[in-house]
Formats: sequence, structure tokens, C-alpha cells
Amino acid sequence: MDTFIQQIINGLVLGSIYALVALGYTMVYGILGLINFAHGEVVMIGALTALTVIKLLANSGLPGIVVVLLGLAAAVPVCMALGFTIERVAYRPLRNAPRLAPLITAIGVSIVLQQLAMIFWGRSYHAFPPILPTTGRDIGGAHITDLQIVIVLLAAAIMAGLMLLVNKTRLGRAMRATAENPQIAGLMGVNINAIISATFLIGSALAAVAGVMVSANYSIAHYHMGFILGLKAFTAAVLGGIGNLPGAMLGGVLLGLIESLGAGYIGDLTGGFLGSHYQDVFAFFVLILVLVFRPSGLMGEKVAERA
Amino acid sequence: MRFPVKTISLALASSLVAFGCGKEAPPPPPPKAEQPAAPPAKPTVTVKIGHVSPLTGPQAHLGKDNENGARLAIEEANAKKLEIGGAVVTFDFMGEDDQADPKQGTTVAQKLIDAKVNGVIGHLNSGTTIPASKLYSEAGIPQISPSATNPKYTQQGFKTAFRVMANDEQQGKVLGGYATQQLAGKKIAIVDDRTAYGQGVADEFEKAAVAGGAKIVAREFTNDKATDFAAILTKIKSKKPDLVMYGGMDAQAGPMAQQLKKLGIKAKMIFADGGCTTEFHKLAGDAAEGHYCSLPGVPLEKMPGGKAFMDKYKAKFNVDIQLYAPYSYDAANVMIDAMKRANSVEPAKYLVELPKTAFDGVTARITFDERGDVKDGAITLYQAKGGKWEALETIGGAPAEPAQPAAMSGMGGMQGMQGQGMGGMSGMQGMSGMSAAPAAAEKK
Amino acid sequence: MSTDKRKALLGMVLIGVALAVLPFLVGKGLGNSWVRVLDFALLYVMLALGLNIVVGFAGLLDLGYIAFYAVGAYLYALLASPHFGLHWPVWAILPMGALVAGFFGVLLGAPTLRLRGDYLAIVTLGFGEIVRIFMNNLNAPINITNGPQGISQIDPVRIMGVSLSKPLEIFGLTLSSVYLYYYLFLALTLLVVFVSIRLEDSRIGRAWVAIREDEIAAKACGIDTRNVKLLAFAMGATFGGVAGGLFAGFQEFVSPESFGLMESIMVLCMVVLGGMGHIPGVILGGLLLAVLPEALRHGAVPMQRALFGQVLLDPESLRMLLFGLALIAVMLYRPAGLWPEARRKREFAEKAK
Repeated sequence: MDTFIQQIINGLVLGSIYALVALGYTMVYGILGLINFAHGEVVMIGALTALTVIKLLANSGLPGIVVVLLGLAAAVPVCMALGFTIERVAYRPLRNAPRLAPLITAIGVSIVLQQLAMIFWGRSYHAFPPILPTTGRDIGGAHITDLQIVIVLLAAAIMAGLMLLVNKTRLGRAMRATAENPQIAGLMGVNINAIISATFLIGSALAAVAGVMVSANYSIAHYHMGFILGLKAFTAAVLGGIGNLPGAMLGGVLLGLIESLGAGYIGDLTGGFLGSHYQDVFAFFVLILVLVFRPSGLMGEKVAERA
Repeated sequence: MRFPVKTISLALASSLVAFGCGKEAPPPPPPKAEQPAAPPAKPTVTVKIGHVSPLTGPQAHLGKDNENGARLAIEEANAKKLEIGGAVVTFDFMGEDDQADPKQGTTVAQKLIDAKVNGVIGHLNSGTTIPASKLYSEAGIPQISPSATNPKYTQQGFKTAFRVMANDEQQGKVLGGYATQQLAGKKIAIVDDRTAYGQGVADEFEKAAVAGGAKIVAREFTNDKATDFAAILTKIKSKKPDLVMYGGMDAQAGPMAQQLKKLGIKAKMIFADGGCTTEFHKLAGDAAEGHYCSLPGVPLEKMPGGKAFMDKYKAKFNVDIQLYAPYSYDAANVMIDAMKRANSVEPAKYLVELPKTAFDGVTARITFDERGDVKDGAITLYQAKGGKWEALETIGGAPAEPAQPAAMSGMGGMQGMQGQGMGGMSGMQGMSGMSAAPAAAEKK
Repeated sequence: MSTDKRKALLGMVLIGVALAVLPFLVGKGLGNSWVRVLDFALLYVMLALGLNIVVGFAGLLDLGYIAFYAVGAYLYALLASPHFGLHWPVWAILPMGALVAGFFGVLLGAPTLRLRGDYLAIVTLGFGEIVRIFMNNLNAPINITNGPQGISQIDPVRIMGVSLSKPLEIFGLTLSSVYLYYYLFLALTLLVVFVSIRLEDSRIGRAWVAIREDEIAAKACGIDTRNVKLLAFAMGATFGGVAGGLFAGFQEFVSPESFGLMESIMVLCMVVLGGMGHIPGVILGGLLLAVLPEALRHGAVPMQRALFGQVLLDPESLRMLLFGLALIAVMLYRPAGLWPEARRKREFAEKAK
């Protein structure tokens, strides 16, 4: 039983990490209908920027949490600037282009960011200095660290914050209008370009937060980390219904749980025929199954039906 | 039947070395005197040495490390102004990127062949080394891989294929034996990263561990890009193993060690060369303590020239050695050594000398068996203590390691271990006989 | 009228001669490694044309296309290597590879019929990964694919008893292996091009385009969208299966790492960059993206020397950086692709207004 509880916790933590990244994906998709393939790389840049600052300050005598917050404070503006630039340079000129054109520039941006990060931060893996307390608590024989609790709560809080922003504020209303129909929103006096830029700024700030959380939790950062993370987050966003904020959260947590329970129990379920090496197969299989019955994801009706 | 051949070739090799040394030793002082006096008299020849490894992509840090090692050897050789075949040799180093992609591996190999390289050091990954080795073999260009450990590489029957590192079979075997005997592991969990390397080592480890009487309580898998191992480690925890073997690289082994600690698993990890790096300590932090790893060869500090190599490397490239640089350094030197002995830089001529190699490298004394694998390669086991890898013992290794005990202090302990290692070595011998058997069957 | 025909014939003869002597020009001028690059470029052209059927004609975004390439390659590897001790001839394996890959295409198509756009993209991506993961793991409990170790010592392609992996002497000329493969790949690429052109002008081709433009309207016009879509997946997959078989015979080694997601994305880039749905454009895209990284590999150092007088960045970092920049630049300046279909170009011009 404690193993099962532990696996649920593992899945929840992993899922919250996916959700953090997936929220950024889904924000952009909700407004633009564009898969921002470079989002994972923005997360990576956020992680490495924060880590650079954190490493510099690791021995300064400041408390660990302050150092991490300072790192985050450095990463957020860098990522926001980056997200803003990406949108201006690679996506905005293509807003009316065939749908796949921005997808290709997104892949291009992704490659460029990776190579720049490799040139700038080197080819080696970077370790996160052990400045955060590794204390944790036990729940029914299972273990969770404080940092992991923070990650889970943070993901939920950010989702809630974003929902408030989108549903209750002026900016949010403008965003929804833009998502519904950019031309008409423009006629109604919404500055579409400003709204889209704002979306990218928010999404990129989230990416910075996600990057710091990921590298702190796994104590590792690398110029190549964004790709897989982005891929998983994209999967999570689609699973929940891309373009839908609670959907991204749900999809992320669900994907995390599927992966961790899959790795933990798939071997026993199949009598040892399939093992944890089929973890991703299991996850994709569930995804396909969900999409066969709900072609626009678990919660994706509202936004995604706009064809 | 095989034994006499070995002894003869060994004897031949050693006599050749003796002869070579005898011939080589006197010249070095004179050239220094001669060089300024009459430089135009000497003809010069340019020798191209190719090196291939992934320089972009997730393994780029290892790729650059390999390249640096070989580059250092080449630049040292250039500084010495070697004379081969009556001409002063300048080595031209061509470092290429194969992105760890088999397709690019062959493209790059063809590029090097077109450039008429005299020899190739590389590639890093087995997946690129194997398809490329066929092209080098057809072009008659000798290839020494510092790090491709898939047994298949040298089993294809190519005369041009060599490696200076123990293959997966050899290492997995030793590691499995060590885990069950010295560490008395009874219940072992095995994780591998589903790469050719990780799976190869893990499978051989499993065979050896089962043969040693251990029970494999869990066989789990991850991948070479993963950072989250909580799910598989939780499962492993429920099986209560006394050892966790990991077949894979440091980038996963480090975080895995941390998560092991977080989950409160007391069992120690044991892994092969892929995790046996300073990087592991960096990534695992204080969770590194107590884990075991193995590395082919003898500890660098214990080899003549090993410490000097580390210092030179650090001074030149201003980075720490990642993993295979000493092996690629040795690989390049083995190639140059064969050129010297053949007194020719022609691939066809010095290729004949390569199998007779008996070279004191920084990783071990390197000799090749009939397939081009490093013969009776020594494998050293380490344990993480205080943020460093501390050598525990060396298993196997060429029996005759001259000069060494005299040269090093504190070698008594080593010797004792060597004695212990002999027992392990007979196992190794049996093993190499075993591994040769399927190869022979295949050749038929 | 007849002069037009004569012109077309003359053009074809000229192109034919150019293609026939191309490897000699490239080989003598730049070296055999470039002929090898050409060989791979032809394989990519086949892949791009196959994906073009799915993405370009039928408008179904497929991010797992490389799975079919993998299926073809592994089929060849299993049927012509010491792994199972089978040594089937190439003429038997290639059609079978096409067939099996086509079957996988239907397998992928069937559950995804209702999906659109990005949902389809993620499912196809998942499918590609599933195929790769199975290939990577099917070495236990029964060893089928030999797992991550890959399959080595695969038989080279033999045609009428002549192995293409050995240099061939013909009319006093010695043709090395890369040349022989070039002609084989060229012949099959031409076949694939021919089939593509015929398909485009067929009833099915028009049905695909109708679905791409408006699925509901197409359905209303009496097109059986389900079967036509499945056919697109199957047809596209067969090209991939053939290319995969050729790849295995050419490399004589396959391992799962050759069939990652990045490869799928690369092929998609070729199709989109060249000009979706336009066969000459797709061919151009395939050639360009296959050759560009190699050109950058050779050109990165001299270019830096010429521009800055010194080597500032190691060529490898620069190579992929420039590749990424090239993708962005091309799409920004030619959003419909380098050589788009005339109809698409017009549409885009209208939209842009």
C-alpha cells in the first residue's frame, strides 16, 4: 500500500511539472491556435539562466530560498524578452500564412535556441547546488519533499491565477475575444498585437518558473532538456484538450500518473511481458484511446471546436 | 590451440617493442641538435588523423571530451617532430561530428576516406562505429575506437577495427562477479537505459550475477533522456534489493542516486564506465557517497604518465576530463606507435603492426587480441568517497606490467590486489574463451 | 503542339543525362562523400514524397512518418541478415516492405479518422514513438529486433548477382558502391515521382485535395472520406517502407536510434519548406534539407575564416545554428514554401491582402 501511495505521489509531482510547462503551451494555443514548439526551449533557457545566478550566489551566505528566488527573478525577464522576440520575429509575420509555416519556424527557433544555449552554457550537464532543504514528510509510509509539495501547489495556484486572469480581467476578456475571432476583436478595439504579445510574455514567464522548478527538483539542467519536456507537456496539453487551462492541468497530472503507475505496475499487469520500458507506449496508448472517444481531449470542447 | 599463438604474438610483439625502443631511443637527442642546423634537409610529410564523435546533441559533452583527448595526443606528437620513414611528420587533426546518428556516421566516414586520412580514432557510439567500420575496412584505413563497446564491432571480421576499451561483455562480467562476490549481493535490482551500451552492460551483468548466485528481484528500464526515476525506484524499493545496478550514463546515474536517497532506499548503486565520472559526483551531490562503479584500465593516477595527462588536459582545454578522453588519447598514441614501429604512415603498412601493439598507455598496457579487442583488459572498481572515486581494486589486466611497481610508491597494495585479481582473471580468461565461441560459430 | 512535345522530350532527355552524370561530376569534383550525401538525399526525397501524400495532398498532419521507414528498414534487416539466418533477395523484400508499411499506415489511420490538425499530429507522433519503442525493446522475451544493439551485417542489395556494396567494373570504368546505390535509388525515386504524379491527377488525388480543402464539403460531394483518408496513409507509408528497405541494405546496419522523432520532423520540414502538395517543390525541399547540413559541415570553417579572419565558433555548433536560422528565414520569406503550387500561391496572395 505504501508503494501505491508513493507511486501516486510520484505521478502527482511529475504531472505537476508537466502541467507547469503545459499551461504555457496551452495559453499560446488558446489564443493563436499555434503549437509553440519552442516553448520547451524557453523553459530550458529559464532553467539555465536561473542556475547561472544561483551558482554565483550559492556561496554568498544568503538563505537557499532567497538565492533561488533571485535566480527566478533573473530568469523571468530573460524568458519574457525571449518569448516576446520569438513571437515578433518568427510567428507574427506568419499569422496569415498556411498553418504549417509557423510550425516550421517554431522548429527552427527551437534548434537555434538549443545551439545558442550550447554555445553559451557549454555541452556539459549543470548541477543544481544543494542549497534548498531536502526535508520532507511521510504520508502513509510514502515520502514527499517540501520542494515537491511546493511544485504541486504552485502548479495549481498558477492555473487558478491564469483562470482568474482570463475570465475576470479586462486583459482576459480581450484574450478570449482574440481567441474567438481576431479580426472582429480588432474591430471592437482590441489591440490584437498587444494581446498576443502579452500572452507570450505570460507564457514565457511561466516557462521560467517551470524551468527553475524542474532543475531544482531533479538537480540537473542541460541545453538539451527542453525538447523532451516540451514534448511531454504538449502531450499533456492535448490530452486535457489543448487551449483549455484546467485541461492542461488535468492532462499534465493525468499523464504523470499514467507514467508513474504504468512504470510501476505494467509489468505485474502483463505478467512480466511488458515492463517499464513500455511506459511511454502505455502513455501514448491512453492518449490515443482518449482521443478516439473524445477527439478534442478531455476538456477541450469550448475552445477547440472553433475549427 | 589458441595459447601458443598468443604467446608467439606476445613474444613477437615484445621483441618488436624492445627492438623498436632500441632503435627509437637514441635518435631523440640528436634531432634537437640537428634540427636548427639543417632543417631543409629533412623532407616533411603530413599525416591526417580523423576523429569522429557527436559534437552536437545530448552527448556533445562526451564527444568533445573524446576529441580533446585525441587532439592532445596528436599535438604532443607534432611537438616532438617525429621522424617516420625518413621524413618529419606533421599530424593534421580532423575532428568530425556524427551527432550519434548512424547515417551521419557513414557520411562522415566517407568524408574522411575521401580526405585520404591515414587513420581514424572513433567513433564514440557503437551505433555509428559499426556501420562506419565497414567503410573504413573497405578503404583499408585503420580505425581505433576509444569507447564503442558493443561486442559486434570487432566480431564483424574487419582487420581494420580495433578498440582500446573493454567491451560490454568483458565489463558486465567483471561487474556482475564483483557484485555477487566482493559485495555479497544476494538480491539485485537492475535498471538500464535502453541504449545499446546500457542494455549491453546490464544484460551481461545479469548473466554474471545470476551465475554468481544472486537473485534479480527487479528488472526496470528508463531512457537516456530521462530525469525522473521515482516510479521505477519506488517499485524497486518494494522489492528490497541490496544492490541496484544501472546500465547507463552519468547524466541519469547522478539524479538517480539523489532520488534513491530521497525515497529512502539504502541499497547502493553499481554501474559501469558510463557513470564512473566526476560529473556523477557533481550531479548526485552528497547522494553520491558509497556507490560503486567500474572503469576499464588501471586508475590514471597509478599509471605512469597518467597524472601528467590529467594536468596537461586541464591546462590545455580548461575543462575536467569527462570520461573517455584518456582512452582516445591512448587510441591516438597506439596508432602513432604503430606508425613508428612500421616506420611508415601508409595505412596498409602500419596496419600490420597494429595487432602487435604492446603500448603503455595512460589507461592500461594495451595489447590486442585476434579480433582487435583489448586483450585481458584490466577493469578497476571504484567507490564514491568524499566526492571522489576511490579505487578499490583492479581485476584482470596484462600480467606483465614492467617498470610499474618500481615507478610508483604505494604499489604494494596494488600488487596484493593484483594477486587477488588473478583469481578474477582466470574467470576472465574463461570468459573470453566463451565470448570467442559464438564469434567462431558466426564466422562459419 | 508538336514542338512543345519535342521540347518536353528534349527537356526530359537533358534532365536524364544530367542525373546520370551527376555522381561523376560530384564524385570527381567534391569526393565520394558527396555522392553518399546524394544517396541519402534521394532516400529523403522518397520519404518526403511519401509524406507529401499524407500532408500535402490529403492535408493530414503526420508527425510519426518515420515509423514506416523504420518498418521497411527492419523488415529488410530481419529477412536478409544473419540475425534469423534468412537471406531473401531484395526484389522480394522491397515489395513486402511496401506492403507491410502500408498495413501499418492503415493501422495508424484507422483510429485517427475523426481527429483533426494538432490532435492528429500528437497521435501520429505517439504512433511513431510506439513503433520505435517496440523496436528498441523487442529483444526479450523473444529476440525479434535485437533491441538497442541493432542488427548488423545486413546483406547489401544484390541485383542479378551483383552486390552493390563492392566496386563494379563496367566498360573500363570502376564504379564504387556509392555510385551503384545512387543509380538504384535514382531509379526508384523516379518511380516514386512517377507514381506521385499519376496519383495527383487521379480521382483519388482529387479526392485527397478535396478533403484537404474542406472535409465536410468533400463528404457532401459523395467522397468516401474514410477510405480515401486511409488510402492516403497507406500510400504514403508504402513509399516510406521502400525507402526504409533501401536504407537498411545501403547501411548494412539498422538500430532504433535512426528512427527518432527528429527524423520525422526533418521529413516534415522538407515537405513544408519545399512547398506542400507540389511534387517538384517537395523534391527540392528534400534535396535541400538533406544537402544543407553537409554543406554547412564543409563550409563552416572556411566561411568564418573569410568573414572574420578566424574561427570563432567550432563548426559543429555553427552548423545546426545556421540550419535552424535557414528554416526560419525560408518560412518568413516564402511562407508557402520555396516552390509552391501555383494554385496555393494564388490563394496565399489573396489571403495576404
